[in-house]
Amino acid sequence: MISDGKFGKYGGIYVPELLIPALEELEKAFLKYKDDKEFNAELEYYLREFAGRPTPLYYAENLSEKLGCKIYLKREDLLHTGAHKINNTLGQGLLAKYMGKERLIAETGAGQHGIATATVASLFKMPADIYMGSVDVARQKLNVFRMEISGAKVIPVESGAKTLKDAMNEAMRDWITNVENTHYLLGSTAGPHPYPTMVKHFQTVIGKETKKDILEKEGELPDAVIACVGGGSNSLGIFSEFIDDKEVELVGAEGGGDGLEGKHGATLSAGTEGVLHGSLSFVLQDDYGQISEAHSISAGLDYPGVGPEHSYLKVTGRAKYGPITDEEAFRAFKMLSKYEGIIPALESSHAVAMAEKYAKENPGKTIVVNLSGRGDKDVNIIADFMGVKL
Amino acid sequence: MNIESYDAAFERTKTKKEGAFIPFVVAGDPDFETSLQIVKVFVENGADALEIGFPFSDPVADGPTVQLADIRALESGMTAEKGFEFIRRIREFTDIPVGVLTYYNLIYKMGLEKFYKMARENGANAILAADLPPEEACEALEAAQKNGVQQIFMAAQTTSNERLQEITKMCSGFLYVVAVMGTTGARAELKTTTVDLIKRIKSHSDIPISVGFGISKPKHVREVINAGADGAIVASAILNIITENLENKEEMLQKVGKFCAELKEATKS
Ligand SMILES: Cc1ncc(COP(=O)(O)O)c(C=O)c1O
Repeated sequence: MISDGKFGKYGGIYVPELLIPALEELEKAFLKYKDDKEFNAELEYYLREFAGRPTPLYYAENLSEKLGCKIYLKREDLLHTGAHKINNTLGQGLLAKYMGKERLIAETGAGQHGIATATVASLFKMPADIYMGSVDVARQKLNVFRMEISGAKVIPVESGAKTLKDAMNEAMRDWITNVENTHYLLGSTAGPHPYPTMVKHFQTVIGKETKKDILEKEGELPDAVIACVGGGSNSLGIFSEFIDDKEVELVGAEGGGDGLEGKHGATLSAGTEGVLHGSLSFVLQDDYGQISEAHSISAGLDYPGVGPEHSYLKVTGRAKYGPITDEEAFRAFKMLSKYEGIIPALESSHAVAMAEKYAKENPGKTIVVNLSGRGDKDVNIIADFMGVKL
Repeated sequence: MNIESYDAAFERTKTKKEGAFIPFVVAGDPDFETSLQIVKVFVENGADALEIGFPFSDPVADGPTVQLADIRALESGMTAEKGFEFIRRIREFTDIPVGVLTYYNLIYKMGLEKFYKMARENGANAILAADLPPEEACEALEAAQKNGVQQIFMAAQTTSNERLQEITKMCSGFLYVVAVMGTTGARAELKTTTVDLIKRIKSHSDIPISVGFGISKPKHVREVINAGADGAIVASAILNIITENLENKEEMLQKVGKFCAELKEATKS
């Protein structure tokens, strides 16, 4: 490896020996193409013409008035396939193509990353196998169907808690078996090096556009940038451009589930250090190092790990993280739908709820919220939550 | 008790013109006492060394068979501390080398110093963490050396000669050679590339090597030993017998014993 992939002490390459050459090959290709003119021109082309970039930074008038702050929404929900995940799958899909890989595999929780992978597999004419916990297959039927229509194979995972973490184990096992022709298109800033760095790189487009737009609209930097944190990709994508601007507060909203005393997915708020899926980071685990099952109303935040760079931002104090409960996310979902006519993904609803809290404590400030995805996929869950039969 | 070293064990088998037979079981699968009886059966039927798994909730290097064994062991309450107690109990009836096979989070969570100290105090010869490559092993090696415990690493077909040199420098006890491109699990046939890999490693280093992953028949054992391996590690094929006979422990132990005797016999040709 050229770099050790560490953020402070977090990160690294805690993987079986069989995968090391594949990670080395991937790191080498990433370092070669990330500054390659032709590669970047092609990626920009697809981001613009296929995915619909740039996305607006929308001044949410009604919400701003209600919350007594200036609230801007970074509209990643308007992207093709409905979430920021496509930024990363286009980047990695193209990289896989440049590397001469013939097959894509991915893990998915909510199905958003699975869909974004299936979409890119169609675009670049590669077969894709998507691992998805059988619990998630059952609660995200619509997305399973969408992946299958795009020609991907969805493989239900029956091991462990049958959710995202287990899907990731199974994708890694597939990769261990098929490293030679397969690219593992990991969906977040988690996993072994170079994934945390590479996925962040492909998501920084969010932060770059946001910074340019907010300076144009406000003439100054925002007071706070707020995003939800599952594995950490949409949040790092938008945080990254502001990390050096110390006056900008960076706030991450985690899946608080039933609250920190109950079941939750708030890894940074309530976890401890450990090694999961190839990196040292905060994890939810018991006293003996067995990984716990997470819970969140949002499948994308239902993960007992978190990307290592977030652990670093947490312990250095550069970013702050807090839990948002299922109930709070649900209320924020309804609030944004009602006040702005924008139905957010349940994941993104956590960021909206965090913005509401922040606004209460800091009236009059300018806040950017990363609206990582749209909520169409979640209306069934919301209806269930409300006791409405569709 | 005078614990036999890996070097001595490989020397012992070599003088007899045999390979070492190294069976694997997960501590606590299906429960503490039964797995201890399984280890006894291993020893009675010719095991030259032992691999003891400490179960982890997310074993990415393992196929379905070991995953199931891990789940059974976790459900029976197995932890790293109890795993060391398990090894202490093994030491009541055998002094052949015992290696622990686990994942790094169990070590990290307990604390490296404590983990390796417990390893030494309870009679483990070596530790292997399936997700700890040499790049991340600095602290573990330090703790291992300080406590006189050996650290085992893996090599695979994808491992370059250059990397092999780095690995063999850090590795002690034996080098664990991964026979397949894939996770653990019984296989019908051994790949010819495995034989090439064994020969490649032997031409680079004189560290003893044991081959595991997919070794599931006496025939496989014979093939890897004939290719120059010092030992053969058999896991999933044994765990399959456990899985299939959970309802009848007598029969389970009897079948495991018979299978082990056949595997040991295959190291002799
Ligand atoms: C819309 C949306 N937002 C956020 C996430 C969480 O992932 P990350 O933290 O990597 O952005 C997901 C994951 O599925 C998602 O679909």
